[in-house]
Amino acid sequence: MSIMKIENLEAKIGDKNILKGLNLELEAGKVHAIMGPNGAGKSTLSKTIVGHYDVEITGGDITYKGKSIKDMEPEERALEGIFLSFQHPVEIPGVNNAYFLRTALNAKLKYEGKEELNAAEFLRAMKKHLEMLGMKSDMISRSLNEGFSGGEKKRNEILQMLILEPEVIILDEIDSGLDIDALRQVSEGINKMKDGKRTFLVITHYSRILDYIEPDYIHVLKDGKVIKTAGPELVPYLEEHGYDGIKED
Amino acid sequence: MANEGLDTAISGEYELGFEIDIETDIIEPGLDIDTLKFISKKKEEPEWMLDLRIKALKKWETMTEPHWGKLDYTPIDYQSISYFAAPKEQIDSLDEVDPKILEAYEKLGISLDEQKQLAGVKVAVDAVVDSVSVKTTYSEELEKHGVIFCSISEAIRDYPELVKKYMFSVVPMADNYFAALNSAVFTDGTFVYIPKGVRCPMELSTYFRINAMNTGQFERTLIIADEGSHVSYNEGCSAPTRDDHQLHAAVVELVILKDAEIKYSTIQNWYPGDETGKGGIYNFVTKRAICEGENAKVSWTQVETGSAITWKYPSCILKGDNSVGEFYSVAVTTLAQQADTGTKMIHIGKNTKSTIISKGISAMKGQNTYRGLVKINSSAVGARNYSECDSLLIGSECGAHTFPYLESKDTQGQVEHEATTSKISDEQLFYLRQRGITEEDAVSMIVHGFCKQVFSQLPMEYAVEAKALLELTLEGSVG
Repeated sequence: MSIMKIENLEAKIGDKNILKGLNLELEAGKVHAIMGPNGAGKSTLSKTIVGHYDVEITGGDITYKGKSIKDMEPEERALEGIFLSFQHPVEIPGVNNAYFLRTALNAKLKYEGKEELNAAEFLRAMKKHLEMLGMKSDMISRSLNEGFSGGEKKRNEILQMLILEPEVIILDEIDSGLDIDALRQVSEGINKMKDGKRTFLVITHYSRILDYIEPDYIHVLKDGKVIKTAGPELVPYLEEHGYDGIKED
Repeated sequence: MANEGLDTAISGEYELGFEIDIETDIIEPGLDIDTLKFISKKKEEPEWMLDLRIKALKKWETMTEPHWGKLDYTPIDYQSISYFAAPKEQIDSLDEVDPKILEAYEKLGISLDEQKQLAGVKVAVDAVVDSVSVKTTYSEELEKHGVIFCSISEAIRDYPELVKKYMFSVVPMADNYFAALNSAVFTDGTFVYIPKGVRCPMELSTYFRINAMNTGQFERTLIIADEGSHVSYNEGCSAPTRDDHQLHAAVVELVILKDAEIKYSTIQNWYPGDETGKGGIYNFVTKRAICEGENAKVSWTQVETGSAITWKYPSCILKGDNSVGEFYSVAVTTLAQQADTGTKMIHIGKNTKSTIISKGISAMKGQNTYRGLVKINSSAVGARNYSECDSLLIGSECGAHTFPYLESKDTQGQVEHEATTSKISDEQLFYLRQRGITEEDAVSMIVHGFCKQVFSQLPMEYAVEAKALLELTLEGSVG
């Protein structure tokens, strides 16, 4: 069953056309990896899905659970269950991490008509996630992403994912800047969310992360289009031959 | 960022702009010696006070309005203002205060009924409407501790020795143009005396309300903390939405003796005018504290969200050795508001220490200026100052300016100054929105983060009020 369908998507940033008739279907509960050379449009694709202000859609459509989302506000897409783990999470001085996380969670609970959590309930719910990610508890009392190392920022993204329990999870270069321990912990967090219902879109240009999060599908993106879709067996081939050797489907 | 809801919410969000429908005794506009005689008689003042008023008026007449502030406004016609307005049937017992005034204060979130105050934190209130104090709560209970908490008019009648000794001792009669005007025509305000060694058992507060048309408000506040005493005092204010500008020129004097401490917090929410600059309060205020004795401490915390024009520099004269002065400020200018505000820290005593944390937020067409002076006299051996002035811009039509002045005669003094200017970035907003937080909540989250160091200085209940006020003030300023 498909949860998200991208059809003939054309998008530009500034004057530059980047996505040029992109087609992609995400199957619910599966892990989709998007691979491709620099400049192929990988990050633009993730920005377009979440409604980033840089991107202007000039053609085509994105449907999520059968509804077009291309005119939805970013927060509405988020509340509907679409999550992006940012490649470069921004620092927000003075905003307490725990307060931010609880506000985000409560916004979602409220949207779903559920009861919001108080501070104590929230901290209890967080504790296990922090341990799994190897995050010190003082990380959540610091200002959001401020002064965090690269690895801490990525862990904090995964922490948000674990708390918000989204349905479609986009991981944009999640492995960049991670050492081997951090990579293992972050992957553990991601794998914990793999329950056969949640859908992943893993954007990467190295195959390293795919050793930890096993993809069901590999999509090769080149010059603003998906040129090939295959199973995980494509990964070793790409490693050996690079993207140039790929023939369009 | 397109959001129709935001665009429509931009102005007219001043929630306290209602008018109290009461009969008012108001004198004809104009200012001369007869005006002062009228005010003095209304207040049943002793002769010496009237003499001082007349002296002040004569000095004021020789002075000229200062224009060094980064402020642009239509000239004030001092003869077109009425200098005295009071709700009719002014009486003392709560049962006799006009129910409409009580109701209005309830609407402002302030109970003047001691019985009705919520259990827990007691706050004593002096309620001032236009030119008079209509009610002071908990005066009797405070009296048991020796604390005097009353209107300045009462203090002039009942405690003349204290008033004569300290009034004009911190802000001299002709200190500046607006202070001189105030010295001549001041009508009401609050008087506080905390005796030696007493820790004031409750928060004290004054709530100023301008209600009548074509009037100015000229209150005068005097707080004296005797040796080893402690008090936390808060002031709030608001005014009806009107098309004309109204003048507010207040003077606040704080005297802190040896080992004593005053914590003075302000939430200023005068009517700001509209987005074209029509209406709004002109707020020209002189606030100054003197740390007379050793180890005296004063802390000014201000959250300035209202007024069309703000001209205000709460200052600390650190005379006693080891005395401490602090200034924590959040000033918000949105719509067409202009603020020129900051502080002066005058170090005289040895090892005196001062801290300045100033946060300016500008949105829409708001112009925000920080102007501060740190002066270290040669006597102030070992003096230290830390200043931090941060500006946050929302949108591209607003402005922020910083003018820090430093005069140091002590080469050993330590002075540190940091300043930053930042914008709420689209990237920050987007990050929060991608987590399901609405654009407005995202803005207020970023702004609160920016103001945190200052809000943490406010008493708890005022911090909550300040946050809510800030949210309301900035509602719709992103669009």
